[in-house]
Amino acid sequence: MNAPSYDKPLPDISPLTKPFWDGLREHRLVLQACSHCHTVRHYPRPVCDQCYSMDSEWISGTGRATIHSWAVNHHPFHFAFKRESPFITVTVDLEEGVRMQAPLRDADASTLTLGMAVQLIYEDVTPELTLPAFRLA
Amino acid sequence: MSMRDKACVTGIGETRYTRETTRSQAELTFEAALAAIADAGLDPKDIDGVVPYVMGGVIAEDFVTNFGLPDLRYSALTPMGGASSVAALQNAALAVAGGLANHVLITLGRGALSTGRITDRIGQMPQFRLVGEFEMPMGTVAPAQFYAPMARRHMELYGTTSEQLGEIAVTFRKHAALHDNAMMQKPMTLADHQASRMIADPLRLYDCCLESAGAAAVVISRADIARDLRQPPVYIGGVAEGHPDSPSTITQRPDICRIGLAKAAPKAFAMAGVTHKDIDVAEIYDCFTYIVLCQLEDMGFCAKGEGGAFVQGGRIALGGELPVNTHGGLLSQAHIAGMNHIVELTRQLRGHAGARQVANAEVGLVTGYGDLGDGSIAILHK
Repeated sequence: MNAPSYDKPLPDISPLTKPFWDGLREHRLVLQACSHCHTVRHYPRPVCDQCYSMDSEWISGTGRATIHSWAVNHHPFHFAFKRESPFITVTVDLEEGVRMQAPLRDADASTLTLGMAVQLIYEDVTPELTLPAFRLA
Repeated sequence: MSMRDKACVTGIGETRYTRETTRSQAELTFEAALAAIADAGLDPKDIDGVVPYVMGGVIAEDFVTNFGLPDLRYSALTPMGGASSVAALQNAALAVAGGLANHVLITLGRGALSTGRITDRIGQMPQFRLVGEFEMPMGTVAPAQFYAPMARRHMELYGTTSEQLGEIAVTFRKHAALHDNAMMQKPMTLADHQASRMIADPLRLYDCCLESAGAAAVVISRADIARDLRQPPVYIGGVAEGHPDSPSTITQRPDICRIGLAKAAPKAFAMAGVTHKDIDVAEIYDCFTYIVLCQLEDMGFCAKGEGGAFVQGGRIALGGELPVNTHGGLLSQAHIAGMNHIVELTRQLRGHAGARQVANAEVGLVTGYGDLGDGSIAILHK
């Protein structure tokens, strides 16, 4: 009852993106794919840029990924991230061929290289919201 | 129809640049606009087109109200963040070349800290909606953080170093010392750059641009009228804008080390009928040091991956092979979102740059870089 209120920026979830966030809450990675040509796309959007179909479905992702790049965030810019600064964020290539960006936990930035394997983990930050993060695989 | 030499920069104006202000963005903008119109030798009522900055606190109608414009017949916006100013040159050049207007005023005013921190401002911009939903909740909330992975990947792939980025910051600081309207007058050494604190590794404090208050404006006139105005006309030889593939966020771009300018630059060079060797001076959008290096590559001044070596050894300093940001840029003059770059290039090509003057400058280029990889470029000449 006395838990401090969550003070970080919240995602503005739309009907288009809700399945992705619902999936995270259930600790599942779900990604949008074209119903017609099956191209996976992220972040979710209305039209397939390959075949222009507006029909899409949601597929399960493995959460396996490799590092495309990273940043070590020293200056927090938003007060709520001050307590964990510096923290690493990674841009990753998911096995399904799309990218994500999320924090990399329990890693030493000086040991990172492009292409290193990482695995998605789930961080329940409020009863309604789970955010993605990664760990070295 | 080619746009080559159909439009000219005929007037330039700037306010003093400061860290904070008690004046509104509108007041700053009108001061710079009136200065630019007077510089051209025009009366405000001669202005018949306006392209204001989207986030500049004024709309086209405000110029009708404040200047009593009798016949504003062209107005537009170019919402491309830091690429807006140079994209507005393209827009204004089209308007005068197409006979829709004679004299188009382009303005950009900023209130810096007086109008909220950068993280608050970008949160309101529609182009950052996906960043807001998918990246900000995990801590990536500001431009230094958006762009750090671009610089990191460049370093990992090509061996680019922080010292090479520092060379850019140190060079622009030296140039700023020659400008009495540059905010940063304190000298900077490479050791100072290396000792500056990390913001978003690999970007240090001195890799990041200033936050500034002030305004700049230019007047773009139809070429045949421009020749009779007060200042020597500076011709828009070539101009183009370019957008990277999948530009919703940096994360989603197929190649994060290449930006929209790579598409625009060949078009601008072809339109102007010049080559890289013809460029005497370059004013390059410099929100971060790395972005300068990336643009030099994407414009073809060197191959991808060679930007680090290119900026070393004084090549981009006054007196070097390609003087860059002779006014100090966003890093050391002021962050007027690149409108100050257009003003400086015009001064250089008029031969009015004083202690900063590049000898015999006849052809120069100015670039813009915005948001999530948008690029714009104009090649101007005497």
